[in-house]
Amino acid sequence: MLIRVRLFALARKQTGLAEVEIDLPEEATVADLKARLGSKCPQLLPLLPNVMIAVDAEYATDDQVVPLDAEVAVIPPVSGGGPLP
Amino acid sequence: MIEITAEPIDHAAVTERVRSERAGAVCSFLGTVREMTGDRRTLALDYEAYPVMAEKKMAELEAEARQRWPVIELALVHRVGHLELGDVSVVVAVSCPHRDQAFEVCRWLIDTLKEVVPIWKKELWADGSEEWVHPGLPKP
Repeated sequence: MLIRVRLFALARKQTGLAEVEIDLPEEATVADLKARLGSKCPQLLPLLPNVMIAVDAEYATDDQVVPLDAEVAVIPPVSGGGPLP
Repeated sequence: MIEITAEPIDHAAVTERVRSERAGAVCSFLGTVREMTGDRRTLALDYEAYPVMAEKKMAELEAEARQRWPVIELALVHRVGHLELGDVSVVVAVSCPHRDQAFEVCRWLIDTLKEVVPIWKKELWADGSEEWVHPGLPKP
């Protein structure tokens, strides 16, 4: 399945892209998606350990399955806070 | 009232919106664009949001605040786009029966907003460089 991944702030700057499409097998998890994202956009590799992934506008955990047609986004740490929970 | 806007924020109007005859206290917080960070000079800031998620997270903050404190009215407004020095980037305004509650919830709202709401800022430094501010992220 093709998943649309939105990129913001430094993730957008480093790739020059506002979104990328990632091909994922069904039942793939957020961790799988991060791995594919890193291979497709190596510029994101230094960021990925410290970003959150949002699935359908909600913070997701690494073991969460990415649903078909999900809108996924890379969420770098936000301005005012420390590391995200 | 939850809003993300590219227009200048009329903070007095936002504060006025939360006033109520049931309230004994109104607390407003403004975040503004600061010139100096240590010895570095800022010319301007660019703010970017993931709007759908940011509005959803702000609505969740309102719901949690209303659960934990006797909030009468509440407003969260964040500006995005290009902001000049001194511009208001964010307004939190809240009314409660008593001042202790109003101070407490206002503080919690701005602190939590800055941790969980996906809105980012880019520093446009006076030396001509630009930098996305991502606490905890290694510098590129």
